[in-house]
Amino acid sequence: MAMIQKKLREKTKELLAKKEVDLVIGFSDWTLPLRTTPIFIRTPEGAEHLVWNSFCENNLAAYLHKFSRLKVGVVVKGCDARSVVALNLEKRFPNHPPLLIGVVCQRLVDRKKVKKAVKGEILQAVEQGDLLLVKGENFEVSLKRDDFLYPSCQSCTHRTPHQAHILIGDPVEEVSLVETHPEVGEFERKSPEERWDFFEKETSRCLRCYACREACPMCYCGECFVDSSRPKWIEKSLSPSDLAFYHIVRAYHQTGRCSGCGACERACPMDIRLTYLTQKLNQEVKDLYGFETGIQPEAAPPLSTFDPEDQQGFIK
Amino acid sequence: MKLKLDKKNFEDFLKSLMEEYDLYAPVQPVEGVSVFKKIEQPSEVNLTQLVPQKPAKDIFFPQSEVMFCYEMAGKQSRMNSMEEIKRERILFGARPCDIEAISIIEKIFVGEEYTDVYFLEKRRKTTIIGLGCNHPLSTCFCSSAGGDPFLRAGSDLFFIDLGETYFVELLTEKGAALRKNRFFKEVDPNDLTLVKELEGKAFEKVGYSIPVEGIEKRLDLMTESSFWDRVHEKCIGCAVCTYLCPTCHCFDMVDEALNNKGQRVRNWDSCLFPIYSLETSGHNPRPTGRERTRQRLMHKFNYFPKNFGRVACVGCGRCILYCPVQFDIREALLYASAKRAKGLKRKFR
Repeated sequence: MAMIQKKLREKTKELLAKKEVDLVIGFSDWTLPLRTTPIFIRTPEGAEHLVWNSFCENNLAAYLHKFSRLKVGVVVKGCDARSVVALNLEKRFPNHPPLLIGVVCQRLVDRKKVKKAVKGEILQAVEQGDLLLVKGENFEVSLKRDDFLYPSCQSCTHRTPHQAHILIGDPVEEVSLVETHPEVGEFERKSPEERWDFFEKETSRCLRCYACREACPMCYCGECFVDSSRPKWIEKSLSPSDLAFYHIVRAYHQTGRCSGCGACERACPMDIRLTYLTQKLNQEVKDLYGFETGIQPEAAPPLSTFDPEDQQGFIK
Repeated sequence: MKLKLDKKNFEDFLKSLMEEYDLYAPVQPVEGVSVFKKIEQPSEVNLTQLVPQKPAKDIFFPQSEVMFCYEMAGKQSRMNSMEEIKRERILFGARPCDIEAISIIEKIFVGEEYTDVYFLEKRRKTTIIGLGCNHPLSTCFCSSAGGDPFLRAGSDLFFIDLGETYFVELLTEKGAALRKNRFFKEVDPNDLTLVKELEGKAFEKVGYSIPVEGIEKRLDLMTESSFWDRVHEKCIGCAVCTYLCPTCHCFDMVDEALNNKGQRVRNWDSCLFPIYSLETSGHNPRPTGRERTRQRLMHKFNYFPKNFGRVACVGCGRCILYCPVQFDIREALLYASAKRAKGLKRKFR
């Protein structure tokens, strides 16, 4: 990982020095352990602040809408690169398609899981090979990194961002660590009533802060349906039916567009499970249309096209 | 008056409170998430998370509150106001920062010109039992923001965790009403020494690292600063920091109506949403994240201290802990403080 970070800084420095891009969006260390923060670099010297580790949890493609007037280089993992491909298909960058600085991802560490594994506040966390050294005021433990991965990272088979213009790190053999996304599997085994109960229990904690929406590169509508007053699709309070409505529509709007990065779930301050729904829908799209988001740069998203050969078994 | 409570009697003590009061305290719907809620069973109360995600303001100014409901029958209309609180309430286990924040929002809701009956009714009928912070987090900066980990102001009773027991101070008339509770016993002098020790340790840990005092004067000169061009860049425009902030108090009122029935509901709102300042004409005076982020910081650290003599921040650290992109308000304050900005080792990120 140290090698990747070094190359990342070198490449960024070069891109900015040669003025190939105006801005590079990457990750930097900041004030909290187990975290990184998005950083916006405009000068070659700024590249020194870039980091690469298992805490690079945001999908930086979400920022591309904000900087669509600039030539932007963006640091992407496999999943993030797929989001950019999907956005390109939706013609989001007519002037300056972003330059993708792809990093082969080692899968990310779930900070919330790590916090639950220790007693007391974590003040420092460092990666050493396969281990994660976690320190607090009165404790110091070493954890196996792979035991603390995000659900979407455990089942990931697209760690290498093949779509990137610059690839940092060696392409890896793409294997999932688990049979299916662990929470999708669990969800599928439930009866319809149990599924609804689970969904309702999770969404009951929702504050409607819309961090899930804002963290997602695919949520870029000028006016989100929840904000529309004419027509008013949904009320603004916390009634279970409105919470369910928001979460169902959010998930469905992602169908065939979601790269499964999991940034929505990580952004949630209330630890609401979200990826079991989006990943389940991703799986359905793959089974029905053989389509995975952002893998083939030219393939049209199945839900925005019609083909007489489309499966229609669901019409009865 | 100083008393103490054996922890082995804690649940029975809560039960005794529930005989006369509605009890509100932190609970954990799932591990790692804590909110203040009306307690049904004493075993629900969970004090392990120092800073619950949802602040105690939710008990006085709920995220979503029905103000009145109405019904039309022919040409007759009937309205029912919803502000009345039938039973006295106790808020247990709120930390000094959250309690200080309730006094801050009170300045808005109970002012000279306007009184918000919904807030006032809840405030009047609530006895607040504060809980001292023996182990503040690294993100806590209450001392810098005018509070401290053992600040009693605002509490009617104050609890301090001494390990096997809680040290209890009765601070107000409302608090004294509980002095006859059968689970309280006499303190011994050692307890007082222990309290002093705990306070000392906590104060030392929190320190005075963030330059909050006098920040409004510095911000006066910064309305058009290039600082705002940078500071908003990573903000994704969600409402985590404002909804979880114990002092943020903006709301939006809507009518939820169907056929001949309806209700007026007050919901939390956030200045970081574009729709917050969108006008009917389509014009938005705060068109980008730059203006919206500036509004958030200016309201807390410039307008509010000018109007009410105190910053609208209590240093609880929620906005740092739960921000999806790690926007750190402490760093923004360090940067905005002229004296420190020159000596800053790192740039604002």
